[in-house]
Amino acid sequence: MSAATPKGVLITPIFKNNPIALQILGICSALAVTSSMSVSLVMALAVIAVTAFSNLFVSLIRNHIPSSIRIIVQMTIIASLVIVVDQVLKAYAYEMSKQLSVFVGLIITNCIVMGRAEAFAMQNGPVLSFLDGVGNGLGYGVILLIVGFFRELLGSGSLFGITILTPVQDGGWYVPNGLMLLPPSAFFVIGLFIWVLRSVQPEQVEENEFKMKENTQPKEAV
Amino acid sequence: MLEHYLSLFISAVFVENMALAFFLGMCTFLAVSKKVSSAIGLGIAVIVVLAITVPVNNLILTYLLEEGALSWTGISGAENIDLSFLGLLSYIGVIAALVQILEMFLDKFVPSLYNALGVFLPLITVNCAILGGTLFMVERNYNFGESVIYGAGAGMGWALAIAALAGIREKLKYSDVPAGLQGLGITFITVGLMSLGFMSFSGIQL
Repeated sequence: MSAATPKGVLITPIFKNNPIALQILGICSALAVTSSMSVSLVMALAVIAVTAFSNLFVSLIRNHIPSSIRIIVQMTIIASLVIVVDQVLKAYAYEMSKQLSVFVGLIITNCIVMGRAEAFAMQNGPVLSFLDGVGNGLGYGVILLIVGFFRELLGSGSLFGITILTPVQDGGWYVPNGLMLLPPSAFFVIGLFIWVLRSVQPEQVEENEFKMKENTQPKEAV
Repeated sequence: MLEHYLSLFISAVFVENMALAFFLGMCTFLAVSKKVSSAIGLGIAVIVVLAITVPVNNLILTYLLEEGALSWTGISGAENIDLSFLGLLSYIGVIAALVQILEMFLDKFVPSLYNALGVFLPLITVNCAILGGTLFMVERNYNFGESVIYGAGAGMGWALAIAALAGIREKLKYSDVPAGLQGLGITFITVGLMSLGFMSFSGIQL
């Protein structure tokens, strides 16, 4: 992320510098909405919209915000955008907004939105900031969809509500794993996902805080 | 009446645990749970702030934002005003302001507590658990009494979860974890197992 090129700011957050997997930002709301693909998709779109536009607006007025009250200004911009998203969802996708319940409102406190506004939009021009917002939103969305994919496929044997693996109740062969629809599985899926990601990119592995001392007296150990 | 409140409290602490059933406040939950002492400090701060903000936001909702809530002003036509779309903006403003006031108050009058909690208070403004508590209160139409109990209970549940996780993580650092799971990965798996444990509380009713 040294030289901020438009393509770079859009692409790096998706895989190389993913906000959820690496910076542990924004998982607050990421886990709860992933029990089905369609809900994850709507949530991802909502977050992309909010991050992109909050970055754009913060960046547009960045030279006029006194630094002592910048958090409040950013918060107000983000909250207003979330209200817009919430009202749009209520108007055009009422069922969906019922399923997302409080989690649309919680986009306000999603650390990704706030983090990008503070870290990127305050220093960069509007166009770059907008793309950075879209990129980070996409990075968030990708994880959401991956987690949603596994949870819905294994939990109810379907994707976007379309049956892929016919469950036993309907005369098929697949026994749905009910645990995948419950909260704990979201933690397991993200944990395993991080494991896979870090095995592919070993430089992201965290240092062990505590190392066992080498055995200096091999005979005693037997 | 008392049973109703007690049941609400128990379900807020165990059954509908903020962190383990609704994934709220996860960022700080994972970041500050490396040591038991700081986890308990943050937990107490969350209890205090939740127990204050949920009832205050409840008052704001009932007397300012709801449809017809402004009728007490006596202005003609006030009973038709519905400001509930301003909800999110006001709640987050109230939370930020309250945390700031609490910080100043503690600094002035209870310096020992301020020294213990001081670093955690600013963190709390952006903690999803706080806003989440308020939003659940709105969604479930709690009255003032219920929102006091719910706020305290939800905070207590969150504090319990983070203290327990910190205890596990302190022991966990001596174990031989596969390289890719080191740190964040194994923490997620641990939280998943804890959440599985808390699921056994579901269905409990008093």
